[in-house]
Amino acid sequence: MPLSKNSFIRQLYGRFLDFYTSLRHRLIDNPFIRQLFSSFLDLVPILAVVIIFQVFVIQLPIPDVSDLIIGTLLVVLGLTLFVQGLEQSLFPLGESMAYAFARKGSLFWLLAFAFCLGFSAAIAEPALIAVAEKAAHIAAAGGLIEQTDAAKDNYALGLRITVALSIGFAILVGIFRILRGWPVYYPVFFGFGCVAVMTPFAPAEIIGIAYDSGAIATSTITVPLVTALGVGLATAIKGRNPVTDGFGLIVFAVLMPMIFVMAYGLSI
Amino acid sequence: MIEWLIHLAVELLKTCRDILPIAATIIGFQLWVIRRPIANPKKTLIGFFYVLLGIVVFLEGLDMALFPLGSLMASQLTAPEFLGIDPVNQSVSWLTYFWVYVFAASIGFATALAEPALLAVAIKVEQISGGTIRAWGLRISVAVGVAVGLALGTFRIVTGLDLAFFIIAGYIIIVIQTYFAPKMIIGLAYDSGGVTTSMVTVPLVTALGLGLAEAIPGRNPLLDGFGLIAFASLFPVIAVLGYAQIAQWLSRNSTSSNP
Repeated sequence: MPLSKNSFIRQLYGRFLDFYTSLRHRLIDNPFIRQLFSSFLDLVPILAVVIIFQVFVIQLPIPDVSDLIIGTLLVVLGLTLFVQGLEQSLFPLGESMAYAFARKGSLFWLLAFAFCLGFSAAIAEPALIAVAEKAAHIAAAGGLIEQTDAAKDNYALGLRITVALSIGFAILVGIFRILRGWPVYYPVFFGFGCVAVMTPFAPAEIIGIAYDSGAIATSTITVPLVTALGVGLATAIKGRNPVTDGFGLIVFAVLMPMIFVMAYGLSI
Repeated sequence: MIEWLIHLAVELLKTCRDILPIAATIIGFQLWVIRRPIANPKKTLIGFFYVLLGIVVFLEGLDMALFPLGSLMASQLTAPEFLGIDPVNQSVSWLTYFWVYVFAASIGFATALAEPALLAVAIKVEQISGGTIRAWGLRISVAVGVAVGLALGTFRIVTGLDLAFFIIAGYIIIVIQTYFAPKMIIGLAYDSGGVTTSMVTVPLVTALGLGLAEAIPGRNPLLDGFGLIAFASLFPVIAVLGYAQIAQWLSRNSTSSNP
């Protein structure tokens, strides 16, 4: 009978679909494998540009290819573990707390949370850890600090703490701005002015890293947490628009370290 | 092997110190201020362990791959044999380093276009602007902004011009653009600079800048090596404000011509 045959096929198809979904669930929907793939995708543009240049422009053999390949695999694996870990620990907690504080926290606790969040996220940013170490090497080689490991570690940690303090302060100011409903460009223009005024007085050796440090520190941990805090707050306050008021926190986190690190340069 | 294990243990301990503040902030505020227990303590703990391990492995990979790759590209693209110049001759035109600018621009364009954080922001902007600002248009304008920024940044390293001059000129452009730009886009445009500089782009670009400052005669890594990231985070702001302005102007023109 065509009907039973039809139902048999349907059953078979159903089995196949079950098998396929479970396989898909195990492989593609496995968050770790998906994250591994997306971490690799993050590196693809860099690798593509470098390979195109090596093959068509430079046309020289690449030295230490094996190290580069192992290093790239480590970057992909490290990035995967890092993002995976963030998504199952810090991000859900941090984001729900950001919304909770925005909704009913007292002003004091909200501002305290904003400062601590900015500070501690910046301390944990891997890109800042790596670049601060690099900056310490350059400073030691250039004779700015002593050529010892202790002096370099001190310089790198000092730099990171300065950046982190300034980002904490930046988020605090940014939250205060959202509460007050000031337009975003008031404090930004003030920041521009401070950078312009500080630069001629800051030591020339610190200006480059000072200008870079804010953008380096606003990365994988800081941006999602801070954006959640800003958008959550703007959503919770009546008369604030999450888009026009909720954004504009990251820009302070980029600007403020420029000012603070130049001051740090003046102090060492 | 033992040496390597000790190295790993030291790095793990160092990283513990780095993630301790964020763990303390999140858990401390959760328990003492919000006074709510952590919903899934085991999963959270494993997550923190992943973060710890991830940072250690990532930093190890940076030292083996991304930092050397940036310096390698800088030294190969500035080698006298590659440029076809006399190594003794100190005065070469900035145009000699043509491929350096092309490389910097390509890296900037490709990484910004593929940046997942930017994709999320672009989709949000398309929604809030009611379709006036297209997600793709925004992504391409940010990518062009980063490309132009990095090319200009490498040009500055080659010529040894003042970093502050370029950045403050950029600020003045932003101040003028802010006056004319649609109000709702300003916060997002400002933030776009911080969004494009990701964890993988920053080390490569930093190493490129330091490598260039080392390789080009008359430059000093301490004075000229940094500053590329500042360019890469400033120019997208200008590009997004510019794009929003043009998109608004075009849509206004089309609505006024077809009443």
